[in-house]
Amino acid sequence: MARQTTQWRVGAAGMAVLALTLTLTACGGAKVGDTSAGSGSSGGSGESSGKCGTFNLAVNPWVGYEANAAVVAYVAEHNLGCKVTKKDLKEEIAWQGFGTGEVDAVIENWGHDDLRKKYITDQKTAVEAGVTGNEGLIGWYVPPWLAKAHPDILDWNNLDKYAAKFKTSESGGKGQLLDGDPSFVTNDEALVKNLKLDFKVVYAGSETALIQSFRKAEKNKEWVIGYFYEPQWFMSEVPLVKVKLPEYKAGCDADAEKIACDYPVYKLDKIVSAKFAKSGSPAYDLVKNFTWTNDDQNTVAKYIAEDKMTPEAAAKKWVEANKAKVDAWVN
Amino acid sequence: MTVAMEKPPVPEPPQQETDTLTEAAPVAVVRRVSRRMVVGAILVVWLVLFAVLRGTHTLPLAAADLTGLHRWLNDANDSIGANRNSNPLFLYFFNEIRLVIDNLVTLVQHLISQPSDSRPLPQIGWLGVVGIAGFVSWAVGNWRVALLTVAGFVFFGLQGLWQESMDTLALTLSAVFVALLFAIPLGVWAGLSNRANKIMTPFLDFMQTMPTMVYLAPLTLFFLIGGASATIATVVYAAPPAIRITAHAIRSVPETTVEAADSLGATRWQSLLKVLLPMSKRTVVMGVNQTIMAALAMVTLAALIDAPGLGKTVFQALQSLDVGTAFNAGLAIVVMAIVLDRVTTAASARAEAARRSGGRLLAWRRQLVAAGAVVTAVLVYLSHTYVWAAEFPGEGDVGSSVASAADTASTWVQDNLSGLTNAFRDALTNGLLNPFQTLLTDSPWWLVGAVLVGLGAVLGGWRSGVTTAVCVGLLVATGVWSDAMTTLASTLVATVMTLLLAVVVGVWMGRSPLADRVIRPTLDAAQVMPPFVYLVPFLALFGATRFTAIVAAIVYAAPVAMKIIADGIRNVPATTVEAATSAGCDTWQIITKVQLPMARGALTLATNQGLIYVLSMVVVGGLVGAGALGYDVVAGFSQGQLYGKGLAAGLAIVLLGVMFDRITQAAARRTSA
Repeated sequence: MARQTTQWRVGAAGMAVLALTLTLTACGGAKVGDTSAGSGSSGGSGESSGKCGTFNLAVNPWVGYEANAAVVAYVAEHNLGCKVTKKDLKEEIAWQGFGTGEVDAVIENWGHDDLRKKYITDQKTAVEAGVTGNEGLIGWYVPPWLAKAHPDILDWNNLDKYAAKFKTSESGGKGQLLDGDPSFVTNDEALVKNLKLDFKVVYAGSETALIQSFRKAEKNKEWVIGYFYEPQWFMSEVPLVKVKLPEYKAGCDADAEKIACDYPVYKLDKIVSAKFAKSGSPAYDLVKNFTWTNDDQNTVAKYIAEDKMTPEAAAKKWVEANKAKVDAWVN
Repeated sequence: MTVAMEKPPVPEPPQQETDTLTEAAPVAVVRRVSRRMVVGAILVVWLVLFAVLRGTHTLPLAAADLTGLHRWLNDANDSIGANRNSNPLFLYFFNEIRLVIDNLVTLVQHLISQPSDSRPLPQIGWLGVVGIAGFVSWAVGNWRVALLTVAGFVFFGLQGLWQESMDTLALTLSAVFVALLFAIPLGVWAGLSNRANKIMTPFLDFMQTMPTMVYLAPLTLFFLIGGASATIATVVYAAPPAIRITAHAIRSVPETTVEAADSLGATRWQSLLKVLLPMSKRTVVMGVNQTIMAALAMVTLAALIDAPGLGKTVFQALQSLDVGTAFNAGLAIVVMAIVLDRVTTAASARAEAARRSGGRLLAWRRQLVAAGAVVTAVLVYLSHTYVWAAEFPGEGDVGSSVASAADTASTWVQDNLSGLTNAFRDALTNGLLNPFQTLLTDSPWWLVGAVLVGLGAVLGGWRSGVTTAVCVGLLVATGVWSDAMTTLASTLVATVMTLLLAVVVGVWMGRSPLADRVIRPTLDAAQVMPPFVYLVPFLALFGATRFTAIVAAIVYAAPVAMKIIADGIRNVPATTVEAATSAGCDTWQIITKVQLPMARGALTLATNQGLIYVLSMVVVGGLVGAGALGYDVVAGFSQGQLYGKGLAAGLAIVLLGVMFDRITQAAARRTSA
């Protein structure tokens, strides 16, 4: 007991000394809120920020979207002086946010006729804001080694010939067609049925699982065929090859049960909340004017996914190299 | 996705078995043999009928198909969304709750993690937070945990994750605060009143087993995207352990003590405040501990609805399959969990020790606390004022080395082990999982239902038979029967493997204190590391298959089972083991004939917890190829028209959980009786 008391006494003395030293040494050094430290916030408080205010941008969970969002956010912050709040949300919740006023814009939308009907036509809380210039492809893809070794596999008519090769522990004796994240548009189950293919759709359940499967397949020369889409950053690592399905004709996908044709080419577009469209915010004009090409998006997505840059740094790099394009959006 | 049912640490029933063993043994043996025969008979009848009736009445439902119930749930969800701005319930009730909680979260965030209006940095910088954390851990615990806390918090900064960690901490603290605000009074009530306890239990089970993804999306409809929704989602999941453990604590105060207080003329309030609460303080603090752990697990998942913090870093990294960055953030979560766990554990030990320590020491301690408070105040002031103390210095180099090390390790494993693992996976899938799954999914539903009810009744008594019957009926009503059977097959296979592993490691830990000391921290880490972090390497090893889901479930569930079994083995009286040794038993005989049979209670508890933990990983399994209920829940979270089906699948998971929980608990009571 006595020993412990002594220990504590020493401890108390030590602490007092520590406190004193800290107080003395701390007299130097920059202070929080000094102009040097607070330059970021003072830059934003120029005349333009009053006009723009807060801009709530949804960020859906795929890297291509994040590239769009990073560039738009960067321009909104630096050229328009907006305060951008990025919100990481899935599509469904992001659209829901239009009604509650929590989300101003979705900057890359893939079709989603169900959501359009619910929020644009019925609830009237969202409006369209034009295309992004990106064209989205959805379809069935195989790893490049397979396309090279068996070129005829790229025609759906020949798929059955190879069905046995695609068998896995999950596919119940049939060939396996791997599907990914359930939020992405898919007709695969109907396609397999209506094209009478000897395949079974197996749900990987996430994009991560899908990409990892393709990556592994290319590396170990495994037989994998699955749902994929472009533009997608992974394509620059492993350039998957698209399998030709019966050609898409307008209206061939009208009845979801009877679809027997390829996916259409999606003109990716932007959706904003009705309130935001009427607000007169310069951020709205930016969203409306924003267009770029698949190559542009792939460049920024590559910065983020492969070069591991932060979205801000990636956007900065692209914006500085493409001044002309950016100027066209803000003027 | 750590949707787990953390049971209060049920004290082992007093080990009277040693005395009564000799007389009770013959009866028990006869009963067990006959029970075993009944179980065997049920299984044989099942197999015979399966051969005859295969493929009839299987209630299948394709991935995109819906039932009437699912559509109705969709419509209900839609109408809430459409009317939220005009409904008075929203205007005057939900919005008010949201406002209060949002303000609380924002306040804490502005204090430690987020810049407030005019300040570019939070009010208290890293030095201040480290100071407060160290001081508080010392004051409620001891200097050893204080040191651990300081080291842990500094580590966040070195990892380059200071702000993310503080966001996670802010959200965790707010959620724990709100949870305890409700949980402690409710727990006291459930401790005092049997009826309240009975009514509450099913709700608590529901809150803990319902997969979070089912209610995340609707929560944002009620409470908008932001701090309030994230906090409420966390509270729903984290409050039940505190309620259960508080009730348990109140109940375990010896009756004689309460009676003594009554006889002295204490009123109900007096006996509550002066006797019951002080005497159960130690256990209640353990409840707080469990709530903090659960909250920390959930805060990660809340990143799916834009909750700031480490969870976001994990999910973002996984979009580009960046295992290293995800692991770095996961490690910060592990460190935070271990720090909070050790501090609260030390606090609960202190609650006990404080009463016993002497007066002179106490006087000194008071002065020391005052001195510590002054130092902390100075640190807070410094971190409020000066940039060097506010913003963590450095670039987070430790973080990048952690990330690249994790990357290297995961690449090595993928490159060198994948051949081996494929063979193992195929053997297990084709040899065990597929036949079992076929048996469950291709039998008529009423046959499987009857088998389940029969097994429930035989193993757990007629009461659990009735519970099972109700659960089976409701499972059919959810419309996802076939998916539920697929999930059930994987769940049971995963549970069996979990238990095999747990018995081996648990016995080893129970017999060797050294092994225990080495293994236990790894188990802690496996329990709190967000599963998403290790999914990517697992996917590389096993592909998008049910097997990957099973492995993920084992990683999450085995640590709990191991700890329980190790404790059980250690509680076998040393004298019994010595007697067996002197009678000439070798090590193997001691384990199989003495230690394991005597730890039977622990084994059943481990089975119970193993199953519940495996079930809580069903949704994670859905993300890596398990399909069935897990996929339904994930799909419901992502697609409006599948929302109802996802909710139904979530209910099915709850029903499976409740069914197995009741059967195993009843069986445990029987074996220990």
